[in-house]
Amino acid sequence: MNPPVATPDPALPPGDVQEPLLSVRHLSKHFLTRRRSFLKKAAGPICVVNDLSFDLYPGETLGLVGESGSGKTTTARCILRALTPTSGEIWFRTNGQRVDLARLSERALKPLRPAMQLIFQDPYSSLNPRMTVNQIVGEPLVIHRLAKGSELDDRVADMLLRIGLKPEHRMRYPHAFSGGQRQRIGIARALIMRPSLVVADEAVSALDVSVQAQVLNLLKDLQEEFKLTCIFVAHNLDVIRHVCDRVAVMYAGRIVESGATAELFKDPRHPYTRALHSAVPRPDPDQHMNFEIIGEAADLGSLPSGCAYHPRCLQCFAPCQQHRPELQPAIGDAAGGTGDHLVACHLNDEARPRETP
Amino acid sequence: MPPPALESVTTDGEVLLTVEDLHAHFFTEHGELPAVDGVSFSIQRGRTLALVGESGCGKSVTAHAILRLIPPPGRIVRGRMILYSRRAGTIDIATLEEGDDPLYQVRGGLVSMIFQEPMTALSPVHTVGSQISEAILLHRKVTAAAARHLGIDMLRRVGVAAPERRYDQFPHEISGGMRQRAVIAMALVCNPELLIADEPTTALDMTTQAQILGLIKAFQHDTGCSVLFITHDLGVVAQTADDIAVMYLGRVVEHGNVRDILKRPGHPYTQGLLRSLPSLNTGGRLAAIPGAVPSLTAIPAGCGFHPRCPHARAGRCDIGSAPALRALTPGHSVACVRAEEIAGENHPAG
Repeated sequence: MNPPVATPDPALPPGDVQEPLLSVRHLSKHFLTRRRSFLKKAAGPICVVNDLSFDLYPGETLGLVGESGSGKTTTARCILRALTPTSGEIWFRTNGQRVDLARLSERALKPLRPAMQLIFQDPYSSLNPRMTVNQIVGEPLVIHRLAKGSELDDRVADMLLRIGLKPEHRMRYPHAFSGGQRQRIGIARALIMRPSLVVADEAVSALDVSVQAQVLNLLKDLQEEFKLTCIFVAHNLDVIRHVCDRVAVMYAGRIVESGATAELFKDPRHPYTRALHSAVPRPDPDQHMNFEIIGEAADLGSLPSGCAYHPRCLQCFAPCQQHRPELQPAIGDAAGGTGDHLVACHLNDEARPRETP
Repeated sequence: MPPPALESVTTDGEVLLTVEDLHAHFFTEHGELPAVDGVSFSIQRGRTLALVGESGCGKSVTAHAILRLIPPPGRIVRGRMILYSRRAGTIDIATLEEGDDPLYQVRGGLVSMIFQEPMTALSPVHTVGSQISEAILLHRKVTAAAARHLGIDMLRRVGVAAPERRYDQFPHEISGGMRQRAVIAMALVCNPELLIADEPTTALDMTTQAQILGLIKAFQHDTGCSVLFITHDLGVVAQTADDIAVMYLGRVVEHGNVRDILKRPGHPYTQGLLRSLPSLNTGGRLAAIPGAVPSLTAIPAGCGFHPRCPHARAGRCDIGSAPALRALTPGHSVACVRAEEIAGENHPAG
């Protein structure tokens, strides 16, 4: 097995001695498409995630945000090895060692699986209607032979208590619960393994506002209690801002901007990030929505040349159509030049000082 | 430049639809469930009313009732829904029978609906165009060729690129945002006087949502139609609505104009909804509403919200029948017996 990448990566904040829990390097995932009809050409492989690199530090929550088709869910699933990446490395630190999840076999992955858990989006389809809450939450422990008998019961009861369900709920089936309670059950099932990495894929998107707030509060409490390291996939920027320490904005399979949440929300650099901001309807009738986004998300089957966002970009200029901008430290970073704020946009090129939007 | 002559939209209270004391119950094995339990509101011509609430509050059933589309075992038990149509005169939709001509005139013609899920609202075995022209051919006396022309024109107006090509494609061949635009084209093509939008953007990306909201606004501006907007997203409400009716457990608990309700919410439920929004909180814990919406089989006595209400008082909020809507200020009514006291507690200075 290759040693971990030794070259300093731009995504690494310099001077930080803490080792990342997860280091993703040049991750790509292609899907092969079939020819739909004899009239159409067989399409080549579709590149859903393209050369993605980032680090995730222990205790940190990273938000992946973007439109549907931006590759955020595929990224999350590759990291958990629910999908096998086409290329790239996923270094995961476990028991003091670093392993490349991208290269492990299913058999070698199994002992690592308890450490990486997923919270699903839809609390209705992700719970087996024929199992009781007790069985659903306890099943991961049974599968990995981590507990049985009274210890199993105790751990399930303890977990249910922490997520705010009563012990008498244990013998009930999912249909007896509301959407918010079901999502709590899904969270309990993920956390009972004491994972070091939790991936929440649109975990609160399907919930009503008041229940969403309850579940977000619960997630924040559990993050502190279990020192969770999370990847939070969402399309709602408000939710991202509330729970994430860092954010990576994805467009057409690539990260176009990343940085600390406060910084990214205060000073978004990429026109796409700004467009996402502008599309969030504010609950204030005096604050008019003035959205600056046109067109539809790029078709992954035929990506535009240069910057994939350029056909929709209101600030597009000549180089955008020819060269794809690389992810680089944002010029004049208000964070004091920590180099943590990265942006892939020609407006950020030093030769062309950024105009105030 | 002088403004175009036909642009002005009346806002001085010409009512298009009044819903009075609407009751729609579902007759299930668990008993008679009052999904809509005495809802009253009115929509003015050219304005947008947002019906706001969480799942199960009855907002969608109310919307479906206006088109007489409540699925069995549900039906309208009581109430009136008077449509003051310019084209067809005054119609009480609640009294229409299935098979009546006026009902078909209302459904899809005078009143049309944008459905929530674009994939299920479109038939997968018919082309986009045939589904749009079906509405035209049902409601207008035009030839098939003219209907095609109108349909393509409508697709262009809702922002579909290359509408001639899209017209002959099947729903699975176009993107989600495009499908929602096709559904909107279907709803708009007969120039409805009332457009009901049932969570039209919930399944969409934020960016597409922003575009779709702009589209509905532009259509309303062009035609002067009224919009009934069903949503649970208070951000969408603030950006689209003139008036709001907040629903909880089948009842309207607060009704008024958008500024009054979002800036000075009078009902503890509306206050709770606003406080739950992550956008209004920076860091820290969200002020979530405790508990969950009760089941319709066990509606609490008195005010349905009292078990979750931080301002509830035993002996006042939990007995008798549900409080009725009453005016807090002119044009702003609240169904809460303690509304004035709560307003005093929240803003002690004034």
